[in-house]
Amino acid sequence: MSNQYYCSDDLAKFGEVAENRTELGEKFFAWYSAVFEDGALSTREKALIALAVAHAIQCPYCIEAYSKSALENGSDLDQMTEAVHVSAAIRGGASLVHGVQMRDHVQKISM
Amino acid sequence: MTADGSALRSSRPKPSRSKRLPTLRAQNAPLASADAQRALLERYAGGVSFERSLREHGMDGPRATGLRTLQINLGKMCNQTCRHCHVDAGPDRREIMTQETMRACLTLLENAEFDTVDLTGGAPEMNPHFRWFVEECRRMGMRVIDRCNLTILLTPIGRGLPEFLAEHQVELICSLPHVSALNTDRQRGDGVFDRSIVALQRLNKIGYGREGSGLSLVLVTNPAGAFLPGPQSLLEREWKKTLKERFDIEFNTLFTITNMPISRYLDWLVESGNCARYMDVLVQSFNPRAAEGVMCKTMLSVGWDGCLYDCDFNQMLELPIQTTESHVARIDDLDSLSTREIVTGPHCFGCTAGSGSSCGGATA
Repeated sequence: MSNQYYCSDDLAKFGEVAENRTELGEKFFAWYSAVFEDGALSTREKALIALAVAHAIQCPYCIEAYSKSALENGSDLDQMTEAVHVSAAIRGGASLVHGVQMRDHVQKISM
Repeated sequence: MTADGSALRSSRPKPSRSKRLPTLRAQNAPLASADAQRALLERYAGGVSFERSLREHGMDGPRATGLRTLQINLGKMCNQTCRHCHVDAGPDRREIMTQETMRACLTLLENAEFDTVDLTGGAPEMNPHFRWFVEECRRMGMRVIDRCNLTILLTPIGRGLPEFLAEHQVELICSLPHVSALNTDRQRGDGVFDRSIVALQRLNKIGYGREGSGLSLVLVTNPAGAFLPGPQSLLEREWKKTLKERFDIEFNTLFTITNMPISRYLDWLVESGNCARYMDVLVQSFNPRAAEGVMCKTMLSVGWDGCLYDCDFNQMLELPIQTTESHVARIDDLDSLSTREIVTGPHCFGCTAGSGSSCGGATA
């Protein structure tokens, strides 16, 4: 076992989380793969969304997996960089929009 | 050697990402040698044999089931030096097929059951006898495919070439790894994307790729990195939409082809520290359905010097066919040729990974 919390080799072991509660694991992985099937959104668009979300939740496993998936599905680095900026804009914007609450509090308790 | 192959990494200066590269031959690189490539592949396969993987899935080693396509390498000369080239082709290569060897190919075509001639290189059009050979093959009623790098059409050699190809109903299979300049130029060199677009527009103008013209234009995408190609039909949809919207370009079909860990691509894998992982991906992604559909079962590959191989990849690894005679000018037993056992090695995992890969795109 690695002495670090994150180990890149662990990504390949993702399927092991289904052990001990196989029926739950199977349901999760069936749903997971259905989510990424080509549909109203293309697999390329879904991979870019996943990449952006991976950055928002800062999951190194997901960043590795969906960097590769985005490339495999035909995106290039320009598009992937824009997806990361979208993620960053939402994260930054989410903090900033709470400034409205701060302003409300300040107005309420200030003279 | 270390697990990641660092002992093989050279102290050669790293060229910029998309600048034209010298060939491995010109650099005197260790992996210019087929022996060194085969030894490295054996080591990286980590003791997993292709034959054993087949047996584990209840399959025998591949055997030819006929002679349908004669793929002919007209020479290693090319106007480009793409980073992933398994031929190590480039402007400095001088190996080129002679007219005498081409005549031997025509004799074989006459005597055997082939219906398709697949011309490759290097840039096959750089062979001075290219047009004569196409005419002869078409006269025999062969379906003729030209594996064209597109940019050759903008050189002096390409003058009048699209019209010649159209006149002889030659099917074109052209490389365009990506619909953006960024990924295309990284793999194929600075400015290649823009020139490829101009070439495609010229081909469209004379009917190639246009519905109802009868002139087939296939594009090929190889991943620009150490990963497998995505789903062929979905990428085709993306490619068609983007090329139409941005450049008014049409084409018939997209082939996805897995990069083979041979020659310059193998060298890049080692230099970039991706070799062990890529080989592992190929081995782990073994797909028995893709193994059923491997192209070598109905193909015979002729090297620039007339030597015969089961496929273009075996040719570059210098693994000739295992029959009594392995030169195109000396074939005496067509029956044993059309039922021969295929020579395999760790590189064969490249054709059986994921959706499979062949000169005709995905196989599973």
